[in-house]
Amino acid sequence: MADETLWPPINEENAPFWEGTRQGELRMQRCPDTQRFIFPPRLTSPWSNGAIPEWHGVSGRGRIWSFVVPHPPLLPPFDAWAPYNVILVSLDEDPAIRLVGNLIANEGAQVDSIDPSQIELDAPVRVVFERLSDEIYLPRWVLD
Amino acid sequence: MLMDAAAIVGIGETAFSKKLEPSEKSLALSAIRMALDDAGIEPSEVDGLASYTLETTDEVEIARNLGAGDITFFTQVGYGGGAGPACVGQMAMAIASGQCRVGVVWRARKRGSGGRLWADPSLRYSTPATWTRPWGLLRPVDEIAMLARRYMHEYGATRDHFANIALAFRKMANQNPRATMFEKPLTRDQYMEARWISEPLCLFDNCLESDGALACVLVAADRARDCRQRPVLVHAFAQGLSRQSHTMTNYWCDDPLMGPAWTCAERLYGLSEFKPSEIDVAQIYDAFTPLIPLSLEGYRFCEKGEGAAFTENAGLEIGGRLPCNTSGGGLSEAYVHGFNLINEGVRQMRGESVNQVQGAKSCLVTGGEGVPTSAMILRN
Repeated sequence: MADETLWPPINEENAPFWEGTRQGELRMQRCPDTQRFIFPPRLTSPWSNGAIPEWHGVSGRGRIWSFVVPHPPLLPPFDAWAPYNVILVSLDEDPAIRLVGNLIANEGAQVDSIDPSQIELDAPVRVVFERLSDEIYLPRWVLD
Repeated sequence: MLMDAAAIVGIGETAFSKKLEPSEKSLALSAIRMALDDAGIEPSEVDGLASYTLETTDEVEIARNLGAGDITFFTQVGYGGGAGPACVGQMAMAIASGQCRVGVVWRARKRGSGGRLWADPSLRYSTPATWTRPWGLLRPVDEIAMLARRYMHEYGATRDHFANIALAFRKMANQNPRATMFEKPLTRDQYMEARWISEPLCLFDNCLESDGALACVLVAADRARDCRQRPVLVHAFAQGLSRQSHTMTNYWCDDPLMGPAWTCAERLYGLSEFKPSEIDVAQIYDAFTPLIPLSLEGYRFCEKGEGAAFTENAGLEIGGRLPCNTSGGGLSEAYVHGFNLINEGVRQMRGESVNQVQGAKSCLVTGGEGVPTSAMILRN
């Protein structure tokens, strides 16, 4: 996307997530005591008083929990791509961990590359990564 | 104890329109003056102020323009449309505990002619925005539409159910000369053929974009008896921010279809003598139609998953299971972050609504489901 105002900001809490995507891997925080997954990333575990979460690679597989198809008025560059899809993916490792993303036809395809009438809830998907910049590789999803 | 200790004794509001000329500050002052007039109370007696954190006009500006007295209680409540009943409830608490004696609560906003909050570039730094906007989930309607589709999938709700809500509230507005949609009836065909905003939600699943201001005035219950209008008691109020919830993008909890309304309702009914089955009329925050079934469930008017079916057979209309949004709501009267629901709740308790529920003794008023929220029960 040319417009950086919609790029994800990298910060102390989420930097390891974006390190992972640069390596082609989806990573999630886990509570070191309870092993529960934590998302969005935190400074401390909500499940174990003050414990510092640890980052683990996950399979990158999940299921479509829901999706929407936005129409204008929108912000650039999405106004040019509308109608496109936004999906919410439940990860296989923990269905309560859900990532917002886009379903695309294949790796490298655009966000409007899938006909929305073809999208089904609970369909299995896997993550792919799209380079926005040297720092940011954005997760996208393809049917698995 | 808060219960029935404070009363709303005055309400005021400007006209509602796609575009009003005066500034938000000027509109706020107009609405507040009208509310004080309605109460028969002088501005110099005002010593309490409550508003939303979204409000652009602060307490200092209101106080110095109004000619208020020394202010000994002032509060603001966050999270946009979740705040309304909490502003009233916190003011009622303040009056009950002696922090102030005459409290003004208000909201002024020019959304019809003003900017879109979601287009603000500084939004990108909030946690939920980090994980949604880069993929094109940009607006509140998109965030709620994501829940709406899953709700339809899990419980068999259809677009007809959402249409029931849009049509019911439009009918209410068609009786209300103050409503933006007063002279615009809506048919089911028009709903079904309307343009998409964020599938599965269409134009008529979205609230109006309004300019307007509203206010109300509270005093202690015993003083209320001397005021001009029939007192409307704040019977109970509560706020709700569910464990591990995340504002409207509430996707990172066990069940995103059980939002903060559930938390708020549990506390609310615990502080109330009225059970859900005893509530006569409700003003439920309706920025988007799916918030209605989600709220009906959260506030325990039906079981989880039955909110959509509740709207069948004119369930939300006068004479139905639970008449709702009797002045037309955000969908058809005006959208000022739910404040018109507060004023309409007061009218119902005064017996003065254009769509009056005969003999109504209690009214639920809610803030927005999906965000950290609030709700109150008014009684007469």
